[in-house]
Amino acid sequence: MPQVSLTVNGTHHTVEVENRTLLVELLRETLGLTGTHVGCDTSQCGACVVHLDGASVKSCTMLAVQAEGAKVTTIEGLAAADGTLHPMQEMFREHHALQCGFCTPGMVMSAVDLVQSHPEGLSEHQIREGLEGNLCRCTGYHNIVKAIAAAWPLMHGKALPVAAE
Amino acid sequence: MYDFAYQKPSNVADAVAALGADPEAKAVAGGMTLIPVLKQRLNRPSVVVDLAKTGLAGITAGAGSITIGAMTTHAAVAHSADVQRVIPALAALAGLIGDEQVRHRGTIGGSLANNDPAADYPAAALALGATITTTKRAIKADDFFQGMFTTALEPDELITKVEFPAATKANYQKFRNPASRYAIVGVFVAQTAAGVRVAVTGAGQGGVFRHTAMEAALSKNFSADAIADVVTPADDLNGDIHASSEYRAHLIGVMARRAVAAAA
Ligand SMILES: Cc1cc2nc3c(=O)[nH]c(=O)nc-3n(C[C@H](O)[C@H](O)[C@H](O)COP(=O)(O)OP(=O)(O)OC[C@H]3O[C@@H](n4cnc5c(N)ncnc54)[C@H](O)[C@@H]3O)c2cc1C
Ligand code: FES
Ligand code: FES
Repeated sequence: MPQVSLTVNGTHHTVEVENRTLLVELLRETLGLTGTHVGCDTSQCGACVVHLDGASVKSCTMLAVQAEGAKVTTIEGLAAADGTLHPMQEMFREHHALQCGFCTPGMVMSAVDLVQSHPEGLSEHQIREGLEGNLCRCTGYHNIVKAIAAAWPLMHGKALPVAAE
Repeated sequence: MYDFAYQKPSNVADAVAALGADPEAKAVAGGMTLIPVLKQRLNRPSVVVDLAKTGLAGITAGAGSITIGAMTTHAAVAHSADVQRVIPALAALAGLIGDEQVRHRGTIGGSLANNDPAADYPAAALALGATITTTKRAIKADDFFQGMFTTALEPDELITKVEFPAATKANYQKFRNPASRYAIVGVFVAQTAAGVRVAVTGAGQGGVFRHTAMEAALSKNFSADAIADVVTPADDLNGDIHASSEYRAHLIGVMARRAVAAAA
């Protein structure tokens, strides 16, 4: 059997996979990290988003063997060891940015990448565009957008600059 | 998905050898097209040859052109200061492909090799008169695209890089399918040292094509008014549940006028 070695949420794993095993299957079925969801399996919904070496990717559209040597972060890896939620998780809770919660792990992972990659600031329009790859059937998105805008100052340690749009 | 063997060669020569050794072998770049195709069992490669370690990623700005390695992701092109400076329309186009997660994996080489009739990069390559360098030769964009999902590439031939000449004016306007993110109609207008070119994606039954009537009108007068009366026949255009061929013909005019008006 082919083997793949990767680091998931800070822990190193070497596991046997088939070449056709998807990264999301490795995470959910081999490692038991079921926080990463499969919504569509057609690369469109974003429920499966994880970070691969810091960048958000759809783990249903990647082979596990392609992640050889990579550092993967899933929703389970965001909170601190003592259980303190990541600011993005906390703001999703505070702003009611979820209803059924199915899309939430992928939403949060995309949102964390979006905020991290925009240290210069983030307009509401940019947040909405940044969520193009994530579908939510419940919330209507408004509270998700609010939660992300509220997480920006917490993650960057300064006030969110007023967008020059 | 059917199972397959998997190889990750560490250089281009080994990748070409792996593809040449087996007619059923298939290269994978970002996998944003190939993996969905494999999931649907529409393709059954014996070996998947991963190009990730072949060193084909990177962007260089030359005198009057931008050269992009085949494995460069859409996100890297969209965020490149060099591309934004030399051909801002190309950076903007890359930022309109799919969504951020797709842009983190999908590559320019994979997009051009796939030649999806609704893909964005083929419009830029054709309008700017790009040169596509492969492991065998250099191919002009005019000769590269040969109809829907068809290119001049041979089975064991890989794209290594793409050179885009700088434009004095260029713009890309995309009318998206809101669900799939692909272009229902996309029009790339470019004025380069070689003249004015207009390339249309999303609409043609044979994939990306040049709109020569608009090119002639814009060569005389580069303004949106100059193409206001240019008629686009609907005969050879796609019609589907998203848009009829007549509607696509109409959109080509609208998108082209917007692109000319916005071209900088
Ligand atoms: C949800 C979603 C939305 C999308 N939206 C858009 C969109 O709006 N616009 C758009 O243009 N595209 C869109 N795409 C497609 C995306 O741009 C893909 O990245 C692209 O079509 C293929 O690039 P890739 O690197 O992923 O190639 P892969 O999927 O890895 O490969 C595609 C094909 O190209 C071949 N290939 C790859 N690299 C090379 C090379 N260097 N030389 C020769 N052959 C090669 C492979 O063998 C395969 O046949 C979307 C995809 C998804 C999943
Ligand atoms: S499950 Fe991956 S995008 Fe929907
Ligand atoms: S909260 Fe139900 S899908 Fe988003």
